Amino acid sequence: MDNLLSIVTFIPAIAALILLVFLPGNGGANAERNAKWVALIATSITFLVSLFILAEFDPNDTGMQFVEEREWLLGLQYKLGVDGISVLFVMLTTFMMPLTIAASWDVKTRVKEYMIAFLLLETLMLGVFMALDLVLFYLFFEAGLIPMFLIIGIWGGANRIYASFKFFLYTFLGSVLMLVAMVAMFADAGTTDIPTLMKHTFASESFSILGIHVVGGLQTMLFLAFFASFAVKMPMWPVHTWLPDAHVQAPTAGSVVLAAILLKMGGYGFLRFSLPMFPVGADVLTDLVLWMSAIAIVYTSLVALVQEDMKKLIAYSSVAHMGYVTMGIFAANQQGIDGAIFQMISHGFISGALFLCVGVIYDRMHTREIDAYGGLVNRMPAYALIFMFFTMANVGLPGTSGFVGEFLTLMGAFKANTWVAAIATSGVILSAAYALWLYRRVVFGDLIKESLKTINDMTQREKWIFAPLVVMTLLLGVYPALVTDIIGPSVEALIETYETALVEAAAFNQAAATQ
Amino acid sequence: MITDDLIIIVPEIILALFAMLALVGAVYTRKDAIGPLLTWVSAGLLALMGVWIAVNGDGDNTAFNGMFVDDGFARFAKVVVLISAAAVLAMSQDYMKQRGLLRFEYPLLVVLAVVGMMVMVSAGDLMALYMGLELQSLSLYVIASLRRDSVKSTEAGMKYFVLGALSSGLLLYGASLVYGFAGTTQFAGIILAAGEGQTSLGLLFGLTFVVAGLAFKVSAVPFHMWTPDVYEGAPTPITAFFATAPKMAAMGLFARVVHDAFGGVVADWQQILALLSLLSMFLGAVAAIGQKNIKRLMAYSSIAHMGYALMGLAAGTAFGVQAMLIYMAIYVTMNVGTFAFILTLSRDGQPVASIDALNMYSKREPGKALAVLVLMFSLAGVPPLVGFFGKFYVLRAAYDAGLAWLAIAGVVASVIGAFYYLRIVFYVYFGDEVEDLDTDRNPVLFGFLMSSAALIALAWFPGLNLLGLEAMALSAAEALLN
Repeated sequence: MDNLLSIVTFIPAIAALILLVFLPGNGGANAERNAKWVALIATSITFLVSLFILAEFDPNDTGMQFVEEREWLLGLQYKLGVDGISVLFVMLTTFMMPLTIAASWDVKTRVKEYMIAFLLLETLMLGVFMALDLVLFYLFFEAGLIPMFLIIGIWGGANRIYASFKFFLYTFLGSVLMLVAMVAMFADAGTTDIPTLMKHTFASESFSILGIHVVGGLQTMLFLAFFASFAVKMPMWPVHTWLPDAHVQAPTAGSVVLAAILLKMGGYGFLRFSLPMFPVGADVLTDLVLWMSAIAIVYTSLVALVQEDMKKLIAYSSVAHMGYVTMGIFAANQQGIDGAIFQMISHGFISGALFLCVGVIYDRMHTREIDAYGGLVNRMPAYALIFMFFTMANVGLPGTSGFVGEFLTLMGAFKANTWVAAIATSGVILSAAYALWLYRRVVFGDLIKESLKTINDMTQREKWIFAPLVVMTLLLGVYPALVTDIIGPSVEALIETYETALVEAAAFNQAAATQ
Repeated sequence: MITDDLIIIVPEIILALFAMLALVGAVYTRKDAIGPLLTWVSAGLLALMGVWIAVNGDGDNTAFNGMFVDDGFARFAKVVVLISAAAVLAMSQDYMKQRGLLRFEYPLLVVLAVVGMMVMVSAGDLMALYMGLELQSLSLYVIASLRRDSVKSTEAGMKYFVLGALSSGLLLYGASLVYGFAGTTQFAGIILAAGEGQTSLGLLFGLTFVVAGLAFKVSAVPFHMWTPDVYEGAPTPITAFFATAPKMAAMGLFARVVHDAFGGVVADWQQILALLSLLSMFLGAVAAIGQKNIKRLMAYSSIAHMGYALMGLAAGTAFGVQAMLIYMAIYVTMNVGTFAFILTLSRDGQPVASIDALNMYSKREPGKALAVLVLMFSLAGVPPLVGFFGKFYVLRAAYDAGLAWLAIAGVVASVIGAFYYLRIVFYVYFGDEVEDLDTDRNPVLFGFLMSSAALIALAWFPGLNLLGLEAMALSAAEALLN
């Protein structure tokens, strides 16, 4: 199949179109049930078809695979492809979406629109990870804001309006600067083809703008513009403040998608653009990013400790875990980047599962206040077990996937900057503190709250949603080579080009300086 | 030969003759009773002319010793003007009839204004420029105050007239200076005088005044003051007309003057245009935030959009002109759709312009609400909608011309502007329940709303590639610049 990637990308969009055109608007219970089934079937088919990608994927080929290309406007191309870095994000997306839809089975308002929004979102997220054209990437990257804005705004909590506007404007501001940088790259290299741009050397002679001396010149400017976008998306401290608001107000499924997939776009962007295309710019700012990551890990872990809202606590814990990712990426060595990708995949499962855990009790009690719970283990033993499992995975218990990612990124960072690694390691302890304390307050203790005395344990549907996540978390925890074998060669190639580019740029600039 | 000249301006002659004959005919027959018929006939004729020019036009022709230029650029602008004017006339039918405004003068004044616009974009001489501009403006002054019994409408017409006269004065003053220093009113002559290495200060002085006069017509900041009041005061179909065809014509004229007459001194007008563009983008973005009236909001929105179009023009390159033309064509499409939507808003037969009347519109009209969603995100420039590609073209043009700071300012302004477009989406999708609006079942408005939303949502697909807009704009821009 020549256009496997397009097929995978657009199955959800076609299902959304079918819902839009063929299902009558605001119909009765029947129409709602149909909408749910169409969405579930479409996302499941997408997952099954995407398995072909994984099966046919050749890890030892570090170039782009399954490439398809078409002419587009303005000399742009519609070009899709995957390599070792992106293929697992594609799989993560297709894997999580059916679970997300299944977790939304109890949505009551505007079911059809809800499903359409999620289906479109899936198409756009897949497009981000597959796009091999700058503008095509930007298009998918930005367009995802529209369904997410609606998901938070229509199906969100009490303060959803504020959260949706903040989410949209914050991320939009971050990425329009990237748009200007893309225009600059287009002008400089004459193409928007990502594989070509990865080989293109952007100018790195220092220059001055408005009296400010810019080390690394154009590369640093471009790096900063992309950084503005990806750091917000990631989110990195100090531009993470939109995330807790968005997470708290979004419906459960929205939080799951946000934490499991949307945040990974930032990390993916760093790997796809920042490191290979602007190595000098990245090198100039590496220390800054590493320290920002260390601060993020410690600071947001401390903030998570004092949260009273469960979702907010997990949101801050996400920011902290993303700190490990940026730290690993900018350590720029094999362990660091392997670990960063691993951490992103594993965080996709774990944070998604944690938000689902919150969703389970939120659906029953309609509150996310930690104080409103206590002693759930008495009435919900199965829930207590699953919640315990994912709490431990979040903490990074060896044997779960959370451990591998944290360990590898810390090891990579230790090689690059010992102090940063030392400080970041304290985050491991802090994460145990807030996660276990959360667990203690919600699940253990005596069941004294009147309202909790009739709460029921998880239904079959809920158990089945968690089952695949448990399997994946354990599997990757005990056999991490599943991931590292796939990403390894591509990461190695990435680091090699990064280091050669640095050496070349240094030699070139030295030659220019001596002349 | 006079007949050769006349052949070139056949479309203009047909439209002018039609307007005058219909005017006389209507006066001597049933007057306003034939208003609806005349509206349809005018709309049909305009659309027909648009198609005719698009299909038949070929090559570079000049008439009347170079006063009138019929090249690819003029044809592109004319097609956009004619089609959008026809669309607006078709949309206005019901609205005007229900409110007793469908006098027979209305369609004919629109036709005359369109003739003026066609002369504007074809002008090859300062005289032709002024003639077209005044024919357009005088017609627009009258239709702005068409609702004679409304204080707001007459105020709008009055304001528009006084400020318009002022700007015409500025433009004429500039034109006289240009004539004085260049010794000719023909663009072909001016460009020789203005390109001789050391351009005289007087000529640049004249250029500045001409640009100021033109900036008024495209409602660029700081010459934008009339726009919100006129948009709000005029009956909504007329506002729709103001927002589309005259903007395209004025931008076309602008491009013609700066390139055909002053193409040799790009650096001198580039800074003026860049500043106009910067101010328009920011004022349009910031001032619209506080608006409660959707027509005023669209006025500020159009100011901001003119800023982006001017960014393309400020690049001073063929690619810049191409970007500007693409931007304007997309802008006009989005505005036709948006105004088709605004025209459907009424409660108990009275037009509604307040934004909060849109609360939970999506519950009652899911289809139309989706179209509005598409249009608003496109106006905000969010990909993948076509409005984004318009912005991408002008950004690229500005960056290539060394105006990176303007491109950065432009994207920052677009984030600020996104807020008020999102606010409309917010009312439509997230708002509280309020008293219902009338359900509008006008098929014409519905058709325009849906088809423009569909174009905006789908035309970017690989394979559709903006329906060939890029190539058309390219040949138009090349025709202007050689």
